[in-house]
Amino acid sequence: MATVTYDALTRDDVLATVTDWRDKGRRTAIATVIGTWGSSPRPVGSQLGIDDAGNLVGSVSGGCIEGAVAREALEVMDQGQPRVLEFGVSNEQAWEVGLACGGTVRVFVERVED
Amino acid sequence: MRAELLYRIQAARAGRQPLAVITRISDGAQGHCDGDVVTGALRLGDGDLEAVRARMRDDNSGMLAGGELFVHVHAPPVRLIIVGAVHIAQALAPMARIAGYDVTVVDPRGTFATTDRFPGIALSDEWPDDALEILEPDARAAVVTLTHDPKLDDPALTAALRSPAFYIAALGGRRTHSLRLERLREAGFAETDLARINGPAGLPIGATSPAEIATSILAQMIAVRHHRPVVPGAEP
Repeated sequence: MATVTYDALTRDDVLATVTDWRDKGRRTAIATVIGTWGSSPRPVGSQLGIDDAGNLVGSVSGGCIEGAVAREALEVMDQGQPRVLEFGVSNEQAWEVGLACGGTVRVFVERVED
Repeated sequence: MRAELLYRIQAARAGRQPLAVITRISDGAQGHCDGDVVTGALRLGDGDLEAVRARMRDDNSGMLAGGELFVHVHAPPVRLIIVGAVHIAQALAPMARIAGYDVTVVDPRGTFATTDRFPGIALSDEWPDDALEILEPDARAAVVTLTHDPKLDDPALTAALRSPAFYIAALGGRRTHSLRLERLREAGFAETDLARINGPAGLPIGATSPAEIATSILAQMIAVRHHRPVVPGAEP
């Protein structure tokens, strides 16, 4: 399991890091917050970059859902079709993770194509 | 996302050009907009295109009406221009960079503005008025003077007041600040101009060390950027 770190990086640094990973020949995916309801910790437009080794950069929550998003991202890298994920307190059974803050967040996951 | 678009976003950021990426979330098809037209795999109607432009103006990412298209606005980073490569600047510059600001430190005194003291930070050894003429602070820029020296601070504040910078602050105690305001008043600035200067710089959190004072200034800059009330003229 890769170490999960939450550096204080801006969203632009996320894409710079993803670009760097891609230039090194890794497969990559990008997760973007496209909607929030209630007290979600990261605003719309926040991004998480993922590589095929499970390395993460940036964030789409306060650390509650990044692991689950990364697992989905690895499947998106394999299959190609983007996904929309939704996390909230009511979705704990569906995703096995929830937001402790009680908010709801929608995340778009896409892979970086060649 | 196509790799070509990823590189385009980086290039726009480097060139300080705004760029919006529009994504159809059902299949991931994407286009991008430079503020005028949309290029790429998507064709937008006039209403959607106008909504994209409005979101770019407001730096406001979100779904368009209809729930099909997501607009991600990549605005150029907000800038912070620090005049005075002093000890407080050594704390403020890296802190502001972590907070997402593009930081430039200006100081014509060569022994202060060195890469040893400011690793990875953009430096200028021009006189502050010349530097600000080159840097052209816009409404997404902040100017903070830290030198205490009227020879350096005053030209910087004069240039900042003639710009639409969203945050202007000057370090110095109350007496220093009132003398500074007097000089700027004599130079022809109106009270409404002078009221734009946050002085003494920073929020009143009892800051004493350089890092604490940098924290108080960064916090005040964030508050002003997000239109929160700040305590005017408070001691840091």
